[in-house]
Amino acid sequence: MIEGIGVFDVLVVSTAMFFIGIYGFLVRKNLITILMSVELVLNAVNINFVVFNKYLYPDMLQGYMFSLFAIGIAAAEAAVAIAIILNVFRRMKGIDVEHVDSMKY
Amino acid sequence: MHTELYSNTVWILIVLFFAFIIVGLFGNRLKPTLAGAISTIAILFTTVISYTTAYLYFFQQGMIDGKFAMLIPFEHEWLRFSDTLAIHMGIMIDPISVMMMVVVTTVSSMVHIYSFGYMKGEKGFERYFAFLSLFSFSMLGLVLSTNLFQMYIFWELVGASSYLLIGFYYQKPSAVAASKKAFIVTRFADLGFLIGILLLSYFTGTFDFATLLDSSGSAVSSMTGLSFMGISTITWVMVLIFMGGAGKSAMFPLHIWLPDAMEGPTPVSALIHAATMVVAGVYLVARLFGIYAGAPDALAVIAFIGAFTSLFAAIIAVTQTDIKRVLAFSTISQIGYMMLALGVSGYGGEDGLGFTASMFHLFTHAMFKALLFLGAGSVIHAVHSNYMNDMGSLRKYMPITHITFLIAALAISGIPPFAGFFSKDEILAAAWANNPLYFWTEWFVAGLTAFYMFRLYFSVFWGEKRDYQHKPHESPVSMLFPLVYLAVASAVVGFIPFSEFVTSDGMPFHAHFHWNIAIPSIAIAVVGIAIAAWMYLKPGNVANKLATSMPAVYKLSLNKFYIDEIYLWITHNIIFKGIAAPIAWFDKHIVDGSMDGIAWVTQRFSEKIKGTQSGQLQQYGYAMVLGAVAFVLLLLYWGAR
Repeated sequence: MIEGIGVFDVLVVSTAMFFIGIYGFLVRKNLITILMSVELVLNAVNINFVVFNKYLYPDMLQGYMFSLFAIGIAAAEAAVAIAIILNVFRRMKGIDVEHVDSMKY
Repeated sequence: MHTELYSNTVWILIVLFFAFIIVGLFGNRLKPTLAGAISTIAILFTTVISYTTAYLYFFQQGMIDGKFAMLIPFEHEWLRFSDTLAIHMGIMIDPISVMMMVVVTTVSSMVHIYSFGYMKGEKGFERYFAFLSLFSFSMLGLVLSTNLFQMYIFWELVGASSYLLIGFYYQKPSAVAASKKAFIVTRFADLGFLIGILLLSYFTGTFDFATLLDSSGSAVSSMTGLSFMGISTITWVMVLIFMGGAGKSAMFPLHIWLPDAMEGPTPVSALIHAATMVVAGVYLVARLFGIYAGAPDALAVIAFIGAFTSLFAAIIAVTQTDIKRVLAFSTISQIGYMMLALGVSGYGGEDGLGFTASMFHLFTHAMFKALLFLGAGSVIHAVHSNYMNDMGSLRKYMPITHITFLIAALAISGIPPFAGFFSKDEILAAAWANNPLYFWTEWFVAGLTAFYMFRLYFSVFWGEKRDYQHKPHESPVSMLFPLVYLAVASAVVGFIPFSEFVTSDGMPFHAHFHWNIAIPSIAIAVVGIAIAAWMYLKPGNVANKLATSMPAVYKLSLNKFYIDEIYLWITHNIIFKGIAAPIAWFDKHIVDGSMDGIAWVTQRFSEKIKGTQSGQLQQYGYAMVLGAVAFVLLLLYWGAR
């Protein structure tokens, strides 16, 4: 445990990361940046897992393990997302999310 | 019981049905003559069975305790509704069914043979024979029914086969229209029949004739005392059933289909629209006569309609120029006689003279009217026209047709010793016993009958010489044999002592000969023939002068009293405009309108909200996040309380 850093401080960081991610997801037009924003959201959640495990149940490992799983899943998801973005690029000649609207009414 | 003696009657229906199936399904692959031969052999086979059955029944084994019994050699449960009510299919042997069986098979087999000559080379020869087999099957099924429901099924089957045969020349629009008309009119009448059957079975709990006609009258006793609109229930029921019979038997005002039905091939007219199917209505009333006897009001209706129809149709027949239409109206008139005879009849013993007379007339009429139609067919075959104006002095060209036609004309006119005289005499006697007014009406109709029949005879076979484009020639043997056979029958069947065999209650009695009835009836027939001879035998225009001197009466009769026009007017102005048009409006605007309205509202609404599905990922994201926030806020709000 790092001295002087309370659970509240860590939660402030993770909440900030979470909302930065949401903001980026909603505002940026580039699909890759949106993917990065999604990663930020995921990692904010991971931090919460770790920090709650550390402070609430120091003798247990579930939180750590779960965050490891989430990282693994996120890696796979990133690979899939990049593949999708590549295909979008080929098809739409660009990765601006506003142009990817062929599923509208 | 002697029922097992008659078990071979089952084959009648089976053989004819299979003849229909084979000729109907495979007829187009067979040679036409072979297809025709299959049907003909089938009907000849049934003729043999029915003759032997008739012989066995009437002369050997039918009597049980001095009474002709109602035997059921075969019966099979077909459809069970409840513990007490089931529909059976079976065969019933009793005097009238055996008599009808003989009539149907005789006329049908003669018509089959005749058709070989008449329909030779026609397109659809095998189809024609398939329909003939279907008709014979259905008609015999009707005649041999053990219960009302079986009868109703076969009743509709004869209607359907009649429809098919009237519309045999389906490329002729008039034939198609006639077949539709026949079907719709009889179908409309059958609605009454069906309601009558349902009411009767509702009150009695059975369809079986044997139970319904139980001489104790126990089956219909549940109806006594009940009434509807001031008329007793049993009268309602029996009049409704009679309505079906009136439709099939072309009684006024449901007669309009029969003259048009002459569009069919002439042998078909002889078989269906003269001898067998059209008397099904008479047969129906006779079959249920035990119940009708308990409903005198219904019988009065039948007598009145029968008398009126016979007069009405005879007046029309006088002016028609189409040879087949004259015969058609003559048929309607003669069936009117039969109905009248049933209507004036009492039940049991000598009182049942009308019943016997009606069945007797049915029998003799089948013979001579089939003969008249076949003779007319022979003439039409030779001249290639239906119109009397195109014919004349044919006796030189067609001697056998001429003689047989003359015998039939004498028979229908009631000249002794031919068949019609005896049966008409009994009918007139029965009418006299009931109501002299009926007697005088029918007496007058007898005169009219003799007149129009000899008008037909003289203008076809005598009259002025004509230059025919093709010289008319006598018909082939296949057409002459049935003519001769039926002519012999028409000449001799009158001597059958019918009251010894067919009576209302099965007990034979001895009918007396009524000189006081016979002499006036012969007299009026002779007068009718004499007037016809005076007007039509020699070339001249007596008839035209007479027609122009009474233009109103003449036109009224020529146009069949405008009954068809009245029907058309009623359908167009009342049914179409008054009922069908408002219903169509309701359907179009209210029923369809409400459905269309729902669809319209949905469409408009979806038009408005479809923008939300923009395809813009980030808009969805906003919505999701805002939704989550709103959800959290709500939870907080509730959590705080």
